[in-house]
Amino acid sequence: MLIHALAFSALIWLIIGGVGIFFARDFILISNRLFPLSALISIFMALLALTAIASGTQELILPIGLPNLPFHLRLDALSSFFIFLLGAVSAGISIYAAGYFRKAEGSALGLQCLLYHIFLASMVFVMLANDAYAFMVAWETMALSSFFLVTAEHRHAEIRRAGYLYLLLAHIGAVAILLSFGVMAGSAGDYTFDAMRGFNGGEFWGTVAFLLALFGFGAKAGLLPLHVWLPEAHPAAPSPVSAMMSGVMLKTAIYGLLRVGFDLLQAHAWWWGLLLLLVGLASALFGAVFSAVQTDMKRLLAYSSIENIGLIVLGMGLAMIFSAFGMNSFSALALTATLYHCLNHAFFKSLLFLSTGSVLHATGERNLGKLGGLIHQMPWVAWLALVGVLASAGLPPLNGFVSEWLLLQSFLFTPDVPHGYLNMLLPVFAGAIALISALAGFTMVKFFGIIFLGQPREEKLAQAHDASRLSRLGLLWLGAGCVLLGLLPNAIIALLAPVVESLIYSALLLDTRTGNWMFLAPYSAERASYSPLIFFGGIAVLTLAAWHVVRRRYHDRATRVPPWDCGFPMQTGRMQDTSEGYSQPIRRIFSPFFKRTRQHPSAFDTRPRYLSIVEDPLWYWLYLPIAWLVERCTRVVDFLQHGRIAVYLTYSFATLIILLVLTRG
Amino acid sequence: MTLALNIPDAFSIQVINLCAAVMLLLGFAMLAQRRILSLINLFMMQGMALFASTLIVAYTTNQSHLYWSAALTLTLKVIALPWILHRLIRKLSVKWDVETIINIPTTMLFGIALVVVAFNVAQPISQLSGAITRATIGIALACTLLSFLMMITRSKAVPQVIAFLSMENGLFFAATSATYGMPMVVELGIALDVMVGMVIFGVFFFQIRQQFDSLDIRQMERIKEE
Repeated sequence: MLIHALAFSALIWLIIGGVGIFFARDFILISNRLFPLSALISIFMALLALTAIASGTQELILPIGLPNLPFHLRLDALSSFFIFLLGAVSAGISIYAAGYFRKAEGSALGLQCLLYHIFLASMVFVMLANDAYAFMVAWETMALSSFFLVTAEHRHAEIRRAGYLYLLLAHIGAVAILLSFGVMAGSAGDYTFDAMRGFNGGEFWGTVAFLLALFGFGAKAGLLPLHVWLPEAHPAAPSPVSAMMSGVMLKTAIYGLLRVGFDLLQAHAWWWGLLLLLVGLASALFGAVFSAVQTDMKRLLAYSSIENIGLIVLGMGLAMIFSAFGMNSFSALALTATLYHCLNHAFFKSLLFLSTGSVLHATGERNLGKLGGLIHQMPWVAWLALVGVLASAGLPPLNGFVSEWLLLQSFLFTPDVPHGYLNMLLPVFAGAIALISALAGFTMVKFFGIIFLGQPREEKLAQAHDASRLSRLGLLWLGAGCVLLGLLPNAIIALLAPVVESLIYSALLLDTRTGNWMFLAPYSAERASYSPLIFFGGIAVLTLAAWHVVRRRYHDRATRVPPWDCGFPMQTGRMQDTSEGYSQPIRRIFSPFFKRTRQHPSAFDTRPRYLSIVEDPLWYWLYLPIAWLVERCTRVVDFLQHGRIAVYLTYSFATLIILLVLTRG
Repeated sequence: MTLALNIPDAFSIQVINLCAAVMLLLGFAMLAQRRILSLINLFMMQGMALFASTLIVAYTTNQSHLYWSAALTLTLKVIALPWILHRLIRKLSVKWDVETIINIPTTMLFGIALVVVAFNVAQPISQLSGAITRATIGIALACTLLSFLMMITRSKAVPQVIAFLSMENGLFFAATSATYGMPMVVELGIALDVMVGMVIFGVFFFQIRQQFDSLDIRQMERIKEE
């Protein structure tokens, strides 16, 4: 059975991790054998999950855990899809990690290997879990293992701080999820998801459960205003881990939201969808604006992850609104776009994070202001990063375009929503999505242009080296994924159909009337259609033609002369446009979003320094007041703390006696 | 979960009662004892009483898994833990008398009050459960509370740990006498906890002494966060 095979593969991951920690000193074994082996298992898992999507539901009860409380596992279309995502993406990341961790100094490699594989396996079990108990165990294992991965270099104070923030929000979120399950189990009487599916606790408790789930999963996904851990933790982690967290772990939160919102709670109020839309829009806009002004390349990508998660949640909200009004075919379209974007984001964001990892490895520099011109030293990384950048910017014929286009297409049906204000409000969201895509494009131009194009801004960049062979293979895998997902949308949509159908009992069916293998037409060919292959062909032909013409017509006659120096006889790499300079207009336009501190050097300064810090105002408006409040409250109970163990013991002793006497009475 | 149980005969009930009484007596003895070495011996004897009562319950109610618990009790509480404790105090060379925070007679009086409370509190439980003997639950609870009291009144780390372990004895006794033993998994888990706890305490002792040159936990007041 497929579910057995999947659980078994996850077990092999754990074994690989165990072998890794056991032979922690043997770097060659870990990097050359274990990580590639783990990548093979990822591919195997992806294939299994691919076949499982359409092959119905399978269940399994594992007699582990507490007595009379076994783990219920269930493999349905939704979990198969997300396991496929996990397998397909982690294959690339693991192969990359084989090349990346090899150069890691220190003896922590074995530990990293163990934690990495626990992380992978726990995510599989999150998706397989069919009762709240197994889900929470897997969920917390995932949170803890990723926390230790994030704090791998715990000697740096800021990394410890980032890890703490992550752990804190992960736990607050986990408590909310647990409460949400508790509310659902309260009416079902049982903690299995099967029992919760028959939830009939009324609209009020359904809403409570949904809001708690939104809070909990939102904290993991990085939705506003629970996003603060994300731009701290992702840059702190080693790059393969950042890629895994951004590409896959955030999707587990999306999975959880879909599981609770569409599977366990089947009756929706339309305003749940509107809430998702609002939260998604806020996150997407916030992420896009903030990623545009970042100067640290990994922070830039982290904010871009917030943006993409926002888009995914937007799609989910739209699907919920459509399904609340019984418009299931449109709901299917929105949900297809959502799932498609999950897959796309997993591929291109992992690709980008891994390429920043290579850059970081080669140069030791994360600050965009000290990079530049790396396409000459690192052609492999640069060209593959270009694929990821184009996909992330949402340009055809790559994958990012398809899902964003589908999402916008589904917004075009919102005038049919039978609700007076909604059908006027929703087109505004579509406009905002267009703005967000444009900002994402801007950010990606900055990301690629500043790192890889132009002249090196520092001298040491000349010594940068390209990624190792295994790392290249990992990047190539993810890049190929981006291209294939972009070129074969119809195949992917057909793949998603059972998933969508299992969630809303209606699927986006592509028959010959609405499209064929070449044309993607989600509604009807007259309305809108897109052919990635023709697009790709057109681009390829034009590029080749231009290249040919340039080479044939001009190359022979080219003569090399010193360039006109614009009146500046001395030019260095530092004189190029910087990332700050490039994003200055965005900082101007969106200035209400930021909290800025600036320090300009005076004209007479002999050692001029320019300082510009862009901070998240939510940190000041929301988090610091809460922290202050908590501190005040703890001051109140501070007098209980004497530091004397006997007194502490007396507290519990007295509590025990009082409780005993009370229960007696 | 219902088990087909043999109702124990009057003689074994008497023996179990005797064991219970011995345990309670030992509990008081530990509360009154000032010397660490004797404390360990008393702890060992309490383990033995527990072992005997578990064995008898196992035999009379004919439950094979209780034999395992009895064996576990014997190896852990009669052999392993006292041995570890002996080794520990030899290594730490702390054979001196134990200071108590409250003087012994007051503690004993307090202990008697606790036993009364324990019996009173345990009454409805023992009426509910089909226990072998009614009084045993009260005694088990009393043993637990007495150990707790001992933990509070001692200021040195080693007696506190012994008190902690003896508290577990009381719980275990409650489990075997009131509910004919817990599920095997739970018992194994508790046994593991005790072992792990012991190891951690062992490490902790050395750390405390290294830090404060003393095993007096009153020293730890100094590390309170201001």
